Amino acid sequence: MSDRLSVFKTYKLYVGGKFPRSESGRVYEVTDSKGKWLANAPLSSRKDARDAVVAARKAFGGWSGATAYNRGQILYRIAEMLEGRRAQFVHEVADAEGLSKSKATEQVDAAIDRWVWYAGWTDKIAQVVGGGNPVAGPYFNLSSPEPTGVVTVLAPQKSSFLGLVSVLAPVIATGNTAIVIASEKSPLPALSLGEVLATSDLPGGVVNVLSGRTAEIATPLAAHQDVNAIDLAGAGTDDGLAKELEIAAADNLKRVLRPQPVDDWSATPGIDRMTAFLETKTVWHPTGSLGASGSGY
Amino acid sequence: MTMEKQTPVFEYAPAPESRSVVDIAPSYGLFIDGEFTEAADGKVFKTVSPSTEEVLSEIAQAGTEDVDRAVRAARKAFEKWSALPGSERAKYLFRIARIIQERSRELAVLETLDNGKPIKETRDADLPLVAAHFFYYAGWADKLDHAGFGANPRPLGVAGQVIPWNFPLLMLAWKIAPALATGNTVVLKPAETTPLSALFFADICRQAGLPKGVVNILPGYGATGAALVEHPDVNKVAFTGSTAVGKAIARQVAGTRKKVTLELGGKGANIVFDDAPIDQAVEGIVSGIFFNQGQVCCAGSRLLVQESIQDELLDSLKRRLSTLRLGDPLDKNTDIGAINSAEQLSRITTLVEAGEAEGAERWSAACELPSSGYWFAPTLFTNVTQAHTIARDEIFGPVLSVLTFRTPDEAVAKANNSQYGLSAGIWSEKGSRILAVANKLRAGVVWSNTFNKFDPTSPFGGYKESGFGREGGRHGLEAYLDV
Repeated sequence: MSDRLSVFKTYKLYVGGKFPRSESGRVYEVTDSKGKWLANAPLSSRKDARDAVVAARKAFGGWSGATAYNRGQILYRIAEMLEGRRAQFVHEVADAEGLSKSKATEQVDAAIDRWVWYAGWTDKIAQVVGGGNPVAGPYFNLSSPEPTGVVTVLAPQKSSFLGLVSVLAPVIATGNTAIVIASEKSPLPALSLGEVLATSDLPGGVVNVLSGRTAEIATPLAAHQDVNAIDLAGAGTDDGLAKELEIAAADNLKRVLRPQPVDDWSATPGIDRMTAFLETKTVWHPTGSLGASGSGY
Repeated sequence: MTMEKQTPVFEYAPAPESRSVVDIAPSYGLFIDGEFTEAADGKVFKTVSPSTEEVLSEIAQAGTEDVDRAVRAARKAFEKWSALPGSERAKYLFRIARIIQERSRELAVLETLDNGKPIKETRDADLPLVAAHFFYYAGWADKLDHAGFGANPRPLGVAGQVIPWNFPLLMLAWKIAPALATGNTVVLKPAETTPLSALFFADICRQAGLPKGVVNILPGYGATGAALVEHPDVNKVAFTGSTAVGKAIARQVAGTRKKVTLELGGKGANIVFDDAPIDQAVEGIVSGIFFNQGQVCCAGSRLLVQESIQDELLDSLKRRLSTLRLGDPLDKNTDIGAINSAEQLSRITTLVEAGEAEGAERWSAACELPSSGYWFAPTLFTNVTQAHTIARDEIFGPVLSVLTFRTPDEAVAKANNSQYGLSAGIWSEKGSRILAVANKLRAGVVWSNTFNKFDPTSPFGGYKESGFGREGGRHGLEAYLDV
């Protein structure tokens, strides 16, 4: 072994396609499961949260207006980029969650496969949940799903990477933009994911990653008038935070996905996490009528 | 305020629909567990006909104790009702749909008396849609496995439902039909100003032989609704009404496992491009904002007209508004009925005064208002800016705010500049433009070259602060299933 001194990484936020430090200048210590120091992570402030909302809103028009095919290709590109950095994420997840290398590998592989699963969904979900409605009149009537808008996602606290990907990918697959609050104790895989997203043709601002105290960041986001929805996966079910955030979210009637206990993030996800952040738009067009005798036969 | 001389029109002889077809009892009880019963505390309130202020009946007013009794009845009924084969639940709903069709003239007259809306509307819109809604969801009851929610989707339990006064029986149908089809039981609170049709519906449930406790009707005011929403044994809350109350409900249920759907206010933009067929657009604008006296959450209350055709369009519109017949809602020729209540009339008046005070220009059709009852003449405002109260707040009355635009982008930006996102309209002869604009509008229902069309197969509901969840169609099932 050489005695070469390794180069530490400065973990930074990912907001609007850039990698800023917290505007507050604050960091907090991140340790592994045994308490050994791993890195300092940015301790995001409410100003960082507001900046992330601005970035996410700015990106919404382009991302929701992109073709479903294009979104699918970009999500697949994320999987490709992750595959190339698999070893790094195995290492980070093992440290973060105290897993053996093989268990951490399972988590990372499942997370990569999850991006592939959702990459395939982008141009199928509209056919599954939308469609024509046979109204009793001369109208062509079509219902289509549309993304809700800017979604705040509280990533699961325990499953720092597979859990994170499992809640984030369905939000952006359908054209929403996201502000993700990383696992408070284990934010490093989430912050590294930002580096992958930045090199996957994903437009800046579609995903914004914040680290810090979940309650401190989530509170202003739950009350933010330009956030349309909130996924409380990482709020915990019993400490009252989820309830507080849901009450704050009512101010502008955010769509709220309440936390549900998840034991195994590797299970097949289904479509619920996509439909939770979809609106249905129904458009009526008059068809006119050629009369009953209009047949050419 | 400028009043234009009324254009000469043919006089119409009165053509009143007979009210003898409906027999309103002097008093009604709560409907709990299949029986009409007095309120535990004996409280009652009066329901009046808004067109005459005549007292129609005295209604028992449900209190907290009654809510508890009704929820317990619904809980008890849930066990058997949810275990019935879907095909059997379907047959009950088909029965209800058919009885509604049989009694539709009676119910139309009743609804017109209690609500104040023209018989033309209750007869031709409300009642046919009510029957169709039950008929549609009846057919779903035994097909839930194939509805796209996975195999054997389960009902939620007891649904607490609170509905408004603008379409009393139709809103009841939108709530009860999907709830029952999916195997839930319900406790429904009709609005305090329009309780009668819901109580007649209770009688229809009895005629249909619906098991006791499956449907419970609790007339009352806001406090009754709040008690119902709050009841710990309610699994599902469905509300149609104001955004303010919707937000209060969202706070109330926070931290519980209650599933919620909210259908709230709107400030629909009706966008008219310069290539629109003007006469059709005028008809659409009129039905968009004056249907049901504008007391419609999806009303096209903001007219966005392309600047180049503003004068032509407004001239036609004013001419058309001058021919609308306002008066006795039971008259078959009546276009504009009464405002539902003194309270609503004063809300409309206050907002219209704000419109004038903020500098918008008011025009009202010259028409004689009856001396008793609650009335408001069809009114429009020009020179309205996006910052004006009348361009932002839901008026829920026959008042149209007119704004202009130059480009499609500007039209979309103005249309979307609202806390609401329920409905929108587009008038243009250019297909690609219609599709492009419809795509950009943040609204749950978009009507192109038409307005205010409803159908049981067509999902209805809002974006943003117009609420969440959909009613109607396959989508409407989700609100009542554990999926």
